[in-house]
Amino acid sequence: MKTILKNCKLVTAPYSPEKLYDILIEQGTISRIGERIREEEAKVIDVGGHMVLPGFIDMHCNICEPGYENIEDIETVSRSAIRGGFTTITCEPNTKPVIDNKTVVEYIISKSKAQALVNIYPYGSMSMGCEGRSIAEIGEMYEAGIVGVSDGDEFLDSAALLCNVMRYSKMFDLPIMTHCEDRSLSGKGVMNEGYTATCLGLAGMPREAEEIQVSRNLILAEITGARLHIAHVSTAGAVSMIRDAKKKGLAVTCETCPHYFSLTEEAVEDYNTFAKVNPPLRTAEDVTAILAGIADGTIDVIATGHSPTSLTEKNREFDQAAYGISALETAFSICYTRLVETGVISMARLTEMLSSNPAKILNLVHKGRIAEGYDADLTVIDCSEYYHIEPKHFASKAKFSPFAGQQVKGRTVYTMVGGKILP
Amino acid sequence: MSLYRKDFFGLRDLTAEDISYILSTAETMKYILNQKNKKAPHLQGKSVIILFYEQSARAKLSYELAAQHLSANVVDMTNSAHTMERESLQDMGQLVDQMGADFIILRHPMAGAPRLLAECVEASVINAGDGYNENPGQSLLDLLTIKERKGGFEGLKVAIVGDLIHSRVSKSNIWGLTKLGAEVCVSGPPTLLLPEIEKFGVEVHYDAREAVNNADVILTTRMRLETHDKTFLPSLDEYKRFFRIDHNLLKYAKKDAIVMHPGPIQRGIEISDGVIDSPQCIINDQIANSVAVRMAMFYILSQMGGGLV
Repeated sequence: MKTILKNCKLVTAPYSPEKLYDILIEQGTISRIGERIREEEAKVIDVGGHMVLPGFIDMHCNICEPGYENIEDIETVSRSAIRGGFTTITCEPNTKPVIDNKTVVEYIISKSKAQALVNIYPYGSMSMGCEGRSIAEIGEMYEAGIVGVSDGDEFLDSAALLCNVMRYSKMFDLPIMTHCEDRSLSGKGVMNEGYTATCLGLAGMPREAEEIQVSRNLILAEITGARLHIAHVSTAGAVSMIRDAKKKGLAVTCETCPHYFSLTEEAVEDYNTFAKVNPPLRTAEDVTAILAGIADGTIDVIATGHSPTSLTEKNREFDQAAYGISALETAFSICYTRLVETGVISMARLTEMLSSNPAKILNLVHKGRIAEGYDADLTVIDCSEYYHIEPKHFASKAKFSPFAGQQVKGRTVYTMVGGKILP
Repeated sequence: MSLYRKDFFGLRDLTAEDISYILSTAETMKYILNQKNKKAPHLQGKSVIILFYEQSARAKLSYELAAQHLSANVVDMTNSAHTMERESLQDMGQLVDQMGADFIILRHPMAGAPRLLAECVEASVINAGDGYNENPGQSLLDLLTIKERKGGFEGLKVAIVGDLIHSRVSKSNIWGLTKLGAEVCVSGPPTLLLPEIEKFGVEVHYDAREAVNNADVILTTRMRLETHDKTFLPSLDEYKRFFRIDHNLLKYAKKDAIVMHPGPIQRGIEISDGVIDSPQCIINDQIANSVAVRMAMFYILSQMGGGLV
């Protein structure tokens, strides 16, 4: 089975964005890229000059299955991913049961192969039960197919455990993903600490709760030489510490999410629980620092931070409402509108942050680039289309968004996973 | 006027003009309260539901009396935290609403709860205290008491001393007093002052003497050590060493300064016995004004389209 995508605009080197290319796909793999490819018996699809990007890879995503199928499942999350242009997503280990042994890893991988339209790679939990006490069977999980080790967005109290996980994982060259939050400081907080929280009478989570853990984890990464990946960076202080660590030559990478560079704590005004996320939305100064970190390469990756929850759990007192955001379907448009249209970064750099960098960090060979021999995971984008974000049309079960009603530019036309076109 | 609204959440939403209007209405209500027959017909045929998720003595009593003086039917639904787990606030609101409530007086341990309730009911919601956010009723009675004693707010120096983090009325007072043109100083242990409080346009002093210096009014807060995280304050004994309002501290204030407290008071902790029993401490005036202010709140909401008209 051969397919030719005709008239594709490619944005990454060595291709010229001024020209249009054809991509020949054989057996789910890109076999040739060139101008005016002719091939007998090939199905021809005319892309019509739209931008074709390597399928996006979401490094930080919750698929909620097994255990929380009522709020999201493999099928809905993969449809949601396709809508957003993501061809590969990951699964945080905080499922039920927790991904802390090879059996759960095998279950998720086999179920994904059977049901998911996209590639799903699980992370393994650092500790048994995500409880932060004893180290999980990282080696067996590695053999079963995990792409990294994560704390599952849980507060990790024990520096000793993290230090040992970092040392141990070096055997397998696995990245260590950490959610940075010192819960003794964030305490009962539910939003960023500061003026808005004081106005609303809500308890705050100070920036130092994140930054202290970032600094601790950087120190441990330096000592152990492990590949540390800091998840969802939200503060100016965290960006600057990571920038310094990279200058020193540490093997550290980090990500942020679209909401951390496009929204501030003011989105919480009127107790808007759709803007309740962890780490919390910060201030305009933090947004500026994150944009600078994206521009100068300090921040490697943009992940969605997709963490679905039910509307019932959102429609509550702010203190009690669940954290979470439905982000797969809005991520690209927000990035394009806020980063590329405004000139913060180029389209090529955005592609790096959404595709090739995550592939590198997660050791996904043959993914994240459009090149001969790579998997035919592609996303076709119409960059001229303006539209309004309407959560009720989301494919995800979590039909809400703090971006609801906002006008954005750039939309996925269709997505190709392993050479197969998906709506 | 922005008072044209269904609900009453706090002083943050009000203009100086709105607050003045409520206070002058409360003065009219005081006239009714001074009659032999304390009944007025303004809420006749209306029902008022007191939906409290926290224990309270004085707030509940004053709302109940206020509603009864205005001829409303009053039902008390004091719930425990246990009820909250069983039934969501919205479901409870719908229940009360469907039974034909015109006013729901909500006291709730979480900030923003009155807004959440108001969105799903037709009745007017009055915030009687939400988490550590606001307590507009208590604040308005403080303001009325200050106005009666001092004639107005412009140029007045008000010191708020104590635990501001856990005092919702203090925050309502800061909104109100700064809007009305008073100069506000706050003082207390730094651990108990609100984050970025200076952005509210108030002066912050860790030394109570500086805050009280030349003050016309001193507002104190309750010190509820038992509810705090133990990292905030070593002991009440140490607190009173630095922040108790006693005659020594009062020397720094204006001679005719008044001292107020939202109650219930712990004698000798927030304010010394000597000051409590002196004429400068006007806690009884505050209590006397509490009913009138709530009557004004009911009256204004019912006039401005509140309730099922």
